[in-house]
Amino acid sequence: MSKTKYSALKVLKEALTGHKGWEPAWRDAEPKADGYDVIIVGGGGHGLATAYYLAENHGITNVAVLEKGWIGGGNVGRNTTIIRSNYLLPGNEPFYEMSMQLWENLEQDLNYNAMVSQRGIMNLIHSDAQHDAFMRRGNAMLFADAGCEYLNKKEVKERYPFLDMDNARFPIQGALAQPRGGTVRHDAVAWGYARAASDLGVDIIQNCEVTGFNIENGKCLGVQTTKGDIKAGRVGVCVAGSSSRVMAKAGINLPIESHVLQAFVTEGLKPVLDNVITFGAGHFYCSQSDKGGLVFGGDIDAYNTYAQRGNLPIVEDVCSGGMAIMPMVGRVRLLRMWGGIMDMSMDGSPFIDKTDIQELFFNGGWCYGGFKATPASGYCYAHLLATDEPHEVATAYRLDRFRRGEMIDEKGVGAQPNLH
Amino acid sequence: MIINHPLLGPRDSEEFVYLGSADLINRPTNWESEEAAEDFYQYLYIRENIAGDNRELWYHEQGDQSWLVVTRCTLTHEIKSVELAQDVSRAQGRSK
Ligand SMILES: Cc1cc2nc3c(=O)[nH]c(=O)nc-3n(C[C@H](O)[C@H](O)[C@H](O)COP(=O)(O)OP(=O)(O)OC[C@H]3O[C@@H](n4cnc5c(N)ncnc54)[C@H](O)[C@@H]3O)c2cc1C
Repeated sequence: MSKTKYSALKVLKEALTGHKGWEPAWRDAEPKADGYDVIIVGGGGHGLATAYYLAENHGITNVAVLEKGWIGGGNVGRNTTIIRSNYLLPGNEPFYEMSMQLWENLEQDLNYNAMVSQRGIMNLIHSDAQHDAFMRRGNAMLFADAGCEYLNKKEVKERYPFLDMDNARFPIQGALAQPRGGTVRHDAVAWGYARAASDLGVDIIQNCEVTGFNIENGKCLGVQTTKGDIKAGRVGVCVAGSSSRVMAKAGINLPIESHVLQAFVTEGLKPVLDNVITFGAGHFYCSQSDKGGLVFGGDIDAYNTYAQRGNLPIVEDVCSGGMAIMPMVGRVRLLRMWGGIMDMSMDGSPFIDKTDIQELFFNGGWCYGGFKATPASGYCYAHLLATDEPHEVATAYRLDRFRRGEMIDEKGVGAQPNLH
Repeated sequence: MIINHPLLGPRDSEEFVYLGSADLINRPTNWESEEAAEDFYQYLYIRENIAGDNRELWYHEQGDQSWLVVTRCTLTHEIKSVELAQDVSRAQGRSK
């Protein structure tokens, strides 16, 4: 394997020599006949990151990532690219803060430009109760060294004069901001991890759907795929919105429902929004891409679905949320919209755990917020797969936490996945 | 999506609130037994999350406030049948 190092000098050299020296970023592999030490099912952000950290942190390189379509075609390439570590509960906040720290060094670690942009995120406050709740959250963030900032009404208005400050229903009182939050080019994360993992010897196998597991006496010996059976010492499932469908093949039902979330992009505008703004009261969040389009989203469609497209009522709902908070978007035209299937868990928090079947592991339940978790999820899943012990920031992400009554319910809405 | 209400005819799904799987009708009744904790755990938290025809509970909040059991394909969003939840529940031998 010859690793091309990306650098400004390399770009310049290639520009002057007709771009003949670029190589594919990763090897497109076929399954090995004698199998692998670890098979990761699902080539999304989390699966590819897991493979990379298995090789990089634990020296386990006889690894394959099996992807039913193409890498980056799942939620990792469909999300609205927001990263933040502004969680409240102790089971979550240290994990997401570790993820933020990994984002901060990601491009150097992977030698890949993922356009990590810590432009800041701002959660608007509209009521006294929300004010108190955000103060509590801000303190939790400070405890975890995530950093945060309170902006009063005047400061919000100075930064973003286009916001409807005195909206009759939801007047803006201020905001809780995390200056280290921001956005990342989402599919570059898949490509960057794929390239780095492939360079360390990981096989990335596309168009290879896992159709079953070979399980004998309660132990998983490998997987059945559209490219034949593949043996494995250990199998780590990591398929996001398909979690229930895949785990059902091992006879396991999960505390998860699948729902669709839609995302929207407008035509390109001149720079107007240098931050991520969230309007929790009506549910609308927005940032501006480097190409100029406003990228935004809102609520999930709220019924179980595996169809990777949403319905029109939510389009109306999200757009009216946008109009309520930043009326200046009214004449901007919508260019594109799409949906992604998410694994909504019973408390809105994820799982990184063993299963009752030996050598079969599970990572999922990331809901609509798993993109920001990608580096830490891969890091902690690799730790579990390599050492049999959960990483210290991921000890709460157990599959049996509902049985024990130890939910991690950030929103406090209970076992109703479409409300998380 | 249009839900064909058994009493009111075709209605926009926007008039309804979605609860989840129609299995939620089958709340365990054995709360005093040894298995109760496990049965309630399975009932409350574990889902089949079917890819295909799913039987689910919809509440006609902005209409006649009845609960419906809608059989809907989660791959295509096609609605196959709609029944009053009360009828489904009684047919299973429950009192309401
Ligand atoms: C519209 C939208 C907006 C979002 N916005 C944000 C955001 O702003 N911030 C944030 O933090 N999160 C966001 N999310 C959530 C985030 O995208 C997901 O939680 C995260 O990407 C899931 O992990 P992943 O990247 O591994 O998933 P995926 O990329 O979906 O990877 C799973 C892979 O498994 C593959 N697979 C499935 N079944 C099989 C099989 N049987 N065999 C082999 N492979 C299989 C799939 O093809 C897929 O490629 C958003 C999600 C959506 C849909």
